[in-house]
Amino acid sequence: MSTLQKHTDREYEAELETLKEKLLLMGARTEELISQAMRAFAERDADSAKLTMRIDRQVDQLELDIDQLCLKILARRQPVASDLRLITTTMKLVTDLERIGDLGVNVCERVIELSAEPPLPATQSVTRIAEAALAMLHDALDAFVAGNTELAEEVIERDGQVDSYYAQLFPELLQLMMKDSGSVFRATRLQSIAKYLERIADHATNIAEMVVFMVRGKDVRHAFALSRGDG
Amino acid sequence: MIQSVALLRTSEATRESAPSPALPSTTPDRPKMRAEALRAHFGKTEVLKGITLPVESTTVTAIIGPSGCGKSTFIRCLNRMHEVVSGARVAGKVLLDHQDIYAPDVDPVRVRRRVGMVFQKPNPFPTMTIRENVLAGLKLNGLRPKDTEELVERALRQVALWDEVKDVLNRSGTSLSGGQQQRLCIARSLALEPEVLLMDEPCSALDPIATARVEELIHELCERYTIVIVTHNMQQAARVADFTAFFYLGELVEYDRTDVIFTRPSEKKTEDYITGRFG
Amino acid sequence: MKERYLQRKLVDAAVRGLCLLATVAALIPLGLVLFYVTSRGIGGLDWAFFTELPKPVGETGGGMANALLGTLELVGLACLFGIPPGVLAGVYLAEFGKHRFAKLVRFSADVMSGVPSITIGIFVYTLIVLRTKSFSAYAGGVALAVLMLPTVTRTTEELLRLVPEALREAALGLGVPKWRATLSVVLRTAAPGIATGIMLAIARVAGETAPLLFTAFNNAFWPTGLAQPTASLPVQIYTYAVSPYDDWHQKAWAAALVLIGMVLVLNVSARVLVRHRVRSR
Repeated sequence: MSTLQKHTDREYEAELETLKEKLLLMGARTEELISQAMRAFAERDADSAKLTMRIDRQVDQLELDIDQLCLKILARRQPVASDLRLITTTMKLVTDLERIGDLGVNVCERVIELSAEPPLPATQSVTRIAEAALAMLHDALDAFVAGNTELAEEVIERDGQVDSYYAQLFPELLQLMMKDSGSVFRATRLQSIAKYLERIADHATNIAEMVVFMVRGKDVRHAFALSRGDG
Repeated sequence: MIQSVALLRTSEATRESAPSPALPSTTPDRPKMRAEALRAHFGKTEVLKGITLPVESTTVTAIIGPSGCGKSTFIRCLNRMHEVVSGARVAGKVLLDHQDIYAPDVDPVRVRRRVGMVFQKPNPFPTMTIRENVLAGLKLNGLRPKDTEELVERALRQVALWDEVKDVLNRSGTSLSGGQQQRLCIARSLALEPEVLLMDEPCSALDPIATARVEELIHELCERYTIVIVTHNMQQAARVADFTAFFYLGELVEYDRTDVIFTRPSEKKTEDYITGRFG
Repeated sequence: MKERYLQRKLVDAAVRGLCLLATVAALIPLGLVLFYVTSRGIGGLDWAFFTELPKPVGETGGGMANALLGTLELVGLACLFGIPPGVLAGVYLAEFGKHRFAKLVRFSADVMSGVPSITIGIFVYTLIVLRTKSFSAYAGGVALAVLMLPTVTRTTEELLRLVPEALREAALGLGVPKWRATLSVVLRTAAPGIATGIMLAIARVAGETAPLLFTAFNNAFWPTGLAQPTASLPVQIYTYAVSPYDDWHQKAWAAALVLIGMVLVLNVSARVLVRHRVRSR
């Protein structure tokens, strides 16, 4: 993202610009989808949740567009080095973003179910997970735009935090279900939402790992925890 | 095969200019050739500004770079063809099996028998038949091989030309298509059994199918020979070479394994050149 | 617009007409010469012309057999003396053309090709005839060789220059020493062109009269040896033409016809050879 000189072939340069724009748009839409879903969750607003779900259609369409564009660039331009890493990274990022979109839809579905019921005291814990996951997604996308590998590495580390929040939630919900059997329906829905958010955080981590690869050419997937500090 | 050619090599080995012990040239960790602080001039203009670069044995090394970067000059220094042009000078060393080919007592003609060359435009000798072309290197060097027919067949088989021309060996060398002519020129060089083969943009005058054939040939040849190829086509370097060197304005900018150069080059100039950000 | 077009067409036609006229005008002398010589000379061509010696003054009949033979001898000697040095000088100029000495050689060759042939005749006269105290075919051969030399040299040089550098490089790349590359590859490639150039040089030299006047002189009899004065067609033509005898005039025309025929044959063969070579590639 931070290369200063432009390609001699202006059409190619324009194609890459379009690609980046679409990817950023997809990221923005995805963020919008998740944060609006969480707002609907907080306000227990089913209508808002229904509206929010529609954003996923845009996200899916963008996935198709971006994949198509990547294929075209690969075929026509034989990209190498940083361009090649950009294209392959983009194709993977798009998958992660699309999954996040789907997870957002799942959250909305649970919100719609929950809105008919009275609230449970554990919502605060879920919101905590949501905030962390959203922040990770936001920062991962920022890191992509800026080519900022420090930020990306930071995001990767924060995944541990989200995992521990999620681990703490389960016993809390268990307690609630044991106390009041009428709360089982709501508790299980909350559990699902938390699961979705935890997965969103995992996808954000993937995005951050791809950013490191794209900028440095070093593949840090699956090994970051072991190889921290080098590269 | 030909005693005289073998003699040339042993007589080279007994010269006493080599600083390192005479190791066999097929040791994998020792480069077959090595340029050390090589500088080249055309009159007053300095075309190569101190190149230090290894050429690994039985591999393909590609030299890429924009026009005027000195890549053709470089490989012509590897077989002492650069100095043929009047006003051309060379400084520094080029080691072939650890012996400097620019040492004062070295005969350039003998170097060229060990380091063969294939040029950009196919140049079979027009006054000779296909058979005579293949044998030209030997005949013109005064060597009289015993079994010429076998030699011709072997050389032409090596370049995958035998089946196409075996019935028309008496036709003029220039009656073949461009791609066939280039393969004939390669066969002509190979008939002398060189150790290193230098190729200066060998496919730039050929159509894509002929190019593919020559590239396939390079692939097969590099098991026996050490090949250095200059190409302005980066995709060709990416396809064909084990190692790639990027030259710019007479300097070596980066040298590494080809897959590294084309996925994550270390130098920005290399990155800019191969992604098409120059100019 | 249409007027412009018409105007241009007219100008085009006019200029083309003028060019045609000029070409015809240039061909007229050639045509006239050929016509004249053929019509005057054909009558004198008979078997005797080609086989008999000239008859003594006053008698009719006889032929120019000795002159024919003499011309062949002189041209042969000229080739012997002129072609090897000429070709080798051409090779030197082509391969080492940038040295100062080479520039001097080239300049001399150019100057020499403009020197009047009679001057060369006198030069050889002084050099050889006076020393040996005899006119001879050798002297004639040398004179003609000197005349041929610049042409052969320059032609060889030009043709060697035309051989693409790629061939030289290919030969050098095979580890062939330079001298061998030059002779076996470059010269061999340029050979047909050089042969053509030589033929044209011979054609030119075969008709030279002035230098022979001082060197080979003339001889009414069969050539007895190369160190003797030798008859030749051009000199014979001169001798007969300025004589008062009609018979001899007739023979002179016939000899002129034969000479033109020789030149024509040489030129045409040179052309045919080139075309043949070009086609066989």
